Amino acid sequence: MACTTEDVVAALRRCAEVISEHRDELVELDREIGDADHGENLNRGFAAVVSAVDSTMPETPGAALKLAATTLISKVGGAAGPLYGTAFLRAATTVGDAAELDAPMVAKVLRAAMDGVVARGKAEQGDKTMVDALHPAVLAAESATEVPVGELLKAAATAASEGAAATVPLVARKGRASYLGERSAGHLDPGARSTELLLGAFAGGQR
Amino acid sequence: MTVGIVLVSHSAALAEGLAELAGQMAPDVRIVPAGGLVDEQGAGLGTDYDAVCAAVARADSGEGVLLLYDLGSARMTAELAVESLAGAQRAFVADAPFVEGAVAAAVAAQSGAELARVATAAAAANAGEESAAGEEPAEREPGAERASGAVRRAEFVLTNEVGLHARPAALFARTVAGLAAEVEVVCGDQRAAGDSVLALMALGAVKGSRIEVSASGADAAEALRRIGDLVDRDFAE
Ligand SMILES: Nc1ncnc2c1ncn2[C@@H]1O[C@H](COP(=O)(O)OP(=O)(O)OP(=O)(O)O)[C@@H](O)[C@H]1O
Ligand SMILES: [Mg+2]
Repeated sequence: MACTTEDVVAALRRCAEVISEHRDELVELDREIGDADHGENLNRGFAAVVSAVDSTMPETPGAALKLAATTLISKVGGAAGPLYGTAFLRAATTVGDAAELDAPMVAKVLRAAMDGVVARGKAEQGDKTMVDALHPAVLAAESATEVPVGELLKAAATAASEGAAATVPLVARKGRASYLGERSAGHLDPGARSTELLLGAFAGGQR
Repeated sequence: MTVGIVLVSHSAALAEGLAELAGQMAPDVRIVPAGGLVDEQGAGLGTDYDAVCAAVARADSGEGVLLLYDLGSARMTAELAVESLAGAQRAFVADAPFVEGAVAAAVAAQSGAELARVATAAAAANAGEESAAGEEPAEREPGAERASGAVRRAEFVLTNEVGLHARPAALFARTVAGLAAEVEVVCGDQRAAGDSVLALMALGAVKGSRIEVSASGADAAEALRRIGDLVDRDFAE
């Protein structure tokens, strides 16, 4: 089953719901190794994404992704704004004006999104950032291009969960948490957790 | 008319205070603070992309704009803002200490230095180097001799018509070749050695592209200065 504009918009709404449900959790995670704003930043950003899709119904999946990108860039305000903003922007560029996205395309989109995050933040795997959740998700997606999009996204989300969990013992080398040095070990990275949640939101409800 | 300066900070008070401090030595330079984030709950800490874009427009008097940032994510916001201009305004993000870099940049701009030199002045501000504008030697810090081993970076937006096409790439490589510096250029996801004409061309950098140049070695600062000069002069197109 391919992914339509309606599917993308619905997924963005689910992202906003999931982030709002987990706002406090993300704030707590960021309090431990950051500045306690990740949940609030993302909640503000995705609430604005919902308002944006409410007022301008995008006509293609690419337009929906682009609208999410520009809204997140303007509204999030922390590192996650430029990072997720760039991810969605690269995703939008990758799909172009395609009317539907099939599984190989979704895998490509995820890779482009990750490349965008890496280009923007210069983090490598193991730096204890959202990249640690994204990278396994991309690999899982790329080996699931024969299955329906919904299955592919589930595989990606599962891999992202594992990647996020694996950030706990790591010492942060990028972002605010890197100022803590060794003391950042033993905590789940808030950005990796939010990536896991967002990919889960994309997977949930998709056939 | 001088190069303008935008101070991107998480804190409005920090950006405003620094604008005041740097402005003291540079009365004619447009130094625009872009600090803090305003949301429904009022003014708070954070970086505001739209405010940064607006500040760049305000700081530009035709000579280009240098952006300085406080913490890592402010850098990302500044870079996104510069990319979104896509060559409409000449701007780039300095990899420099926020306070000393802003003061050094302001002084260089006040002296009439062009954008690349203002950027180099900022980047050199705490490395015990003389400012590239050649006017004010920057403060020499005790024990700041590590400069020769350190990697220096600068970002440029290409404003010449053909980007890093054959002739500009050749000029670039020649500029780098004579110096004791290892130069690497990154454009998007591609990287190239600064002394390889072919590799530089293969970057596919066109007008409006942003390139990140890093240099190490004894002549690293000089390499960045010369490259900045080339970019600034549109490769003498
Ligand atoms: N350079 C980077 N590359 C990739 N991910 C990063 C980078 N810097 C931070 N992150 C991710 O962003 C998350 C924090 O996002 P958040 O929105 O809280 O920004 P922040 O660091 O508080 O930003 P700010 O410093 O502007 O307040 C981290 O948990 C990490 O996953
Ligand atoms: Mg934070």
